[in-house]
Amino acid sequence: MSIAITTQFICFTVLSLVVIIGALGVVLLESIVYSAFLLGGVFMSVAGLYLLLNASFVAAAQVLVYVGAVNVLIIFAIMLVNKKEDFKPINDIKSRRIISTSICLTLLTLLIRVDLTNVWSLSNPQNSIGEESTIRIGEHLFSDYLLPFEVASVLLLMAMIGAIVLARRDVMNKDISTGLPVDQELIEKSSEPLLTNKN
Amino acid sequence: MNLESIPLQAFLIVSSALFCIGIWGLLNSRNAVRVLMSIELMLNAVNINLMAFSSYIDNNLIQGQVFTIFVITVAAAEAAVGLAILLSLYRNRVTVDMESFNLLKW
Repeated sequence: MSIAITTQFICFTVLSLVVIIGALGVVLLESIVYSAFLLGGVFMSVAGLYLLLNASFVAAAQVLVYVGAVNVLIIFAIMLVNKKEDFKPINDIKSRRIISTSICLTLLTLLIRVDLTNVWSLSNPQNSIGEESTIRIGEHLFSDYLLPFEVASVLLLMAMIGAIVLARRDVMNKDISTGLPVDQELIEKSSEPLLTNKN
Repeated sequence: MNLESIPLQAFLIVSSALFCIGIWGLLNSRNAVRVLMSIELMLNAVNINLMAFSSYIDNNLIQGQVFTIFVITVAAAEAAVGLAILLSLYRNRVTVDMESFNLLKW
């Protein structure tokens, strides 16, 4: 990385603050739409962190896949399921919050302790390939990671077909077993909740 | 403090914090979409970790970056299938409240 070390520190501080505060906003904000847009900001800042680590290709992939695809998908899902609903209160919510928060804080202290106490065997920065990383990734993908690369394409195809099959609405106009015509109204609009009143 | 570059530990601490925030959101969200967002946050934390190690420990054969690309691929597939499952759940149960998806509870 050719920019000065002070600039790198400033960039790192700003980006990591945006990541942490944005992530807190994603999980804490009341409105799910604000959460989705903040999630986009977190993804962009993570891409900035990748740029600081000399990985321009992965940063571009992060912006394309996460901000361009996953985040848009999440916003569309919010649009499709965005119904104002008041969640039923849970009676032991307080103890649940306390237990989960203490678990997360314990895990965080453990992880930070490992990060700080372990002696990392850093490699020589002189060997760094720096800006050549895109070339090296291409070499990896077409030599020793060729099989995972091809398997990933099959995985994406399967995920695409699976998503279509799961999200598709049935368009049969006759019930298979009874032969009666099927109600083609939106099921979301029918007022009877199917299994929700179990308890 | 006179350093030549950002220490590796700084990246690791950021990714640890992001991962723990993701776990907290996963455990505490009522809205199913927010659960999926928390999973994406955790995957991003893992990616930051992989990228930092690839840049500081394996900076010649950057295998961590290749792994990150595969993780991004799997995360995209997971998001697509997860949101499709969420849509069909919403179609059947008319809610996105995680507490009402209790058919598998014993």
